[in-house]
Amino acid sequence: MEELNQEHESHRMGMHTEQLAGRTQQVFFSAEEGENFTYPYAFDVDFNKRAEFDAAEMEATAVNLRIRELMSEGHGTIVIKNPGAKHGLGVGILNRLQLYFEGSLGYFGCGLIDGPNVRISGRVGWSCAENMMAGTVVIEKNAGSTFGAAIRGGDLVCKGDVGSRTGIDQKGGTIVVGGKTGAFSGFMMQRGRLVVLGDAGKNLGDSMYDGTIYVGGKIESLGVDAIEGEMTDLDVLWLRRKLKAFDLEAPNGIENMTKVVAGKQLWNYDNLEPTEKKLVL
Amino acid sequence: MCGIAGLIHRGNSAQIGKEMTSMLQSLKHRGPDSTGFALYGMPDAGHYIMRFKVAEQEDVKQGFDIHRQMRERKAAVDERLAELGATIQHEDQATEYAFRYVFSFDGDLRRLADYVEDVEGAEILSLGHALELIKDLGDAGRVSGQYALADFQGTHGIGHTRMATESDVDIRSAHPYWAYPFNDVAVVHNGQLTNYWGSRRALERRGHRFMSNCDSELIAVYIADQIERGNDLEGAMKRSIDELDGVFTYLVATSDSLGMAKDVMAAKPMVLYESDDFIAMASEEVAIRSIFPHEIDTFDPYEGEVRVWKS
Repeated sequence: MEELNQEHESHRMGMHTEQLAGRTQQVFFSAEEGENFTYPYAFDVDFNKRAEFDAAEMEATAVNLRIRELMSEGHGTIVIKNPGAKHGLGVGILNRLQLYFEGSLGYFGCGLIDGPNVRISGRVGWSCAENMMAGTVVIEKNAGSTFGAAIRGGDLVCKGDVGSRTGIDQKGGTIVVGGKTGAFSGFMMQRGRLVVLGDAGKNLGDSMYDGTIYVGGKIESLGVDAIEGEMTDLDVLWLRRKLKAFDLEAPNGIENMTKVVAGKQLWNYDNLEPTEKKLVL
Repeated sequence: MCGIAGLIHRGNSAQIGKEMTSMLQSLKHRGPDSTGFALYGMPDAGHYIMRFKVAEQEDVKQGFDIHRQMRERKAAVDERLAELGATIQHEDQATEYAFRYVFSFDGDLRRLADYVEDVEGAEILSLGHALELIKDLGDAGRVSGQYALADFQGTHGIGHTRMATESDVDIRSAHPYWAYPFNDVAVVHNGQLTNYWGSRRALERRGHRFMSNCDSELIAVYIADQIERGNDLEGAMKRSIDELDGVFTYLVATSDSLGMAKDVMAAKPMVLYESDDFIAMASEEVAIRSIFPHEIDTFDPYEGEVRVWKS
C-alpha cells in the first residue's frame, strides 16, 4: 500500500513540484515537429505555402475570416500587413500556423489560440494572448496591461515594456518580458513562469497560488503571500535556455535575478494538473 | 467605458479640430452618448473667448416655449455682460442653444461667470484666452460637423466620448469640464470616483460650484481648487493620485500645457506616443493610428503616473 501513496507516486514521477525538478505541466509546442494536431477539423497546412494580405481597409472579423480561409487552402505561413492596432486580430486559431503581423495590434490580439507561432513587429494593446493554450507569440515592441491573462501554455514574449497585471491568473506556460512590467503582475498566478528582465511594479505576485516569477531588475514591492525563493542551478539553466531561444539577455546576469514564489499561507492548494492528478490516483 | 484622447503640438499650431475629430471618432465604440472637445487656439491676452449654452439639446425638442426662452436667456446674458463692462467683439451661434463670444473685459472674471450662470438655463462651457470647449450629444463626426471644428487651428486639445453610467445623457454631464473659475483649464476623465460625494461636499464648502452630478466634474473642480491654493498643475495632479479614490485616467489641459494622470491600480487604459514635436494619447492605440497611419512606437504609462507636457 505504501507504494500507492499518492505523494510518493507523484514525487517518483517527477510531477509533484513546480521547482524544475523534472517534468512539469508545460508542453512546448513546435510547429516544426509535424505532430498530429488534436483538434478535429484542424487544417492541414504547409509552412512553405505562403500568403499575405493588407488589413488596412478590413474590419477585424474580415481579417480573422481571411486567416481561416487561407488555412483551409493549406497556407501555413500568413503575413498580415497594416493591422492598424485593430482589436481582436488573430484570435481563436486552433491550428499549426506561422503568422506574421507587420504592425501593431489593439486589444485582445491573439486571444484563445492553441498552436500557432505568431510574430508581431509592432506593439500590442491590453490582454494580448489571453487564454492562450499553446504556441508562441513574440512581440517586438511594447505591450499593454493584462498581458497574457490566464494563459495555460505556450511562450508569450514581449521584447519591450508591458503594462500592469501581466500574467494575471496565469495557469501555465511562460511569459517573458524584455523590459519592465507594471503593478500587480502575476496577480493570482496559479502555474507557469513569468520572467521579467527589467523592473517590476508594486504588489508583484499578489495572492499567487503557485508558479514562479523571475525578475532581473528592481521589485517595487511583493504582494500578499509572495515571497522570495532561492535561485537554483536548474532555474539558471532553464532561464538560459529560454532567453536564448528568443535572443534575450538578463541585463544583470541570470544568476542575479530574483525568484519569487508563493508563500502558500493563503491557500491549501496542491500543485498537480488535473490530468497528472488522475495519473497519480 | 468612455474614451479619452489628447494631443499637443510643440512649437507650432496645426489643424487640431480635424485631428481630434478623427481620434474621437475612432473611439466611438467606447461611448456613443456624447462627444466633447477642449481645443486651444493661439492665446490672445487682450480678449476672452466664452462658450456657453442657454438650454439642453433635449429641452429644445420637448419645450413648447423654449425657443422664446432661449432668446430671452441670451438677451439676459448680453445685458449682464454689458452691465459688468464686457465689450463683445465677436459672436457666433453654433446651434440654437450654443454660443461663442469673444469679448474684452478687465474686471473680476469669477463674478462675471457667476452673474452669467445666474441666468436660468445658462451654463458657461469654457472661458479663457485660448480654450474653446465644445460638447454635445452624438459621435465626434456629428458634433464636429455641427460646430464646424474641422478647420480649428491650435496647439493642443483633449476630448472625450461618453458612455453615460451614473448621470444623465445631456450636455451638462458631457465632458470635458471647465475648471471653473480658472480660465483655460479643462479636464476629461475615464473611470469612476468612489469618494465623489464626500469630496464634493468638501469642495462646495470651500465655495466651488458644481453644474452636474457627474463624478468627472469633481476632477476639474479639484484641480481648480488646488491651483487656487497655489499648487502648479503637475503638483495638483500628483496630489490627486492620493486624494481621489477609485479608478481613473484623466487628462488636463491649460493654455500652454497638457497633463495625464493614472490611478494607482492602473485600471483604466492609456496609450502614449511621444516625439520631439508632437505627443498624442488615447484610451486605445487605434485613435492615435487614425492620425498616424505609419508605424510608430507607443507605450502605456504606469500606475500612479503623472506626466505634463508644454506646448
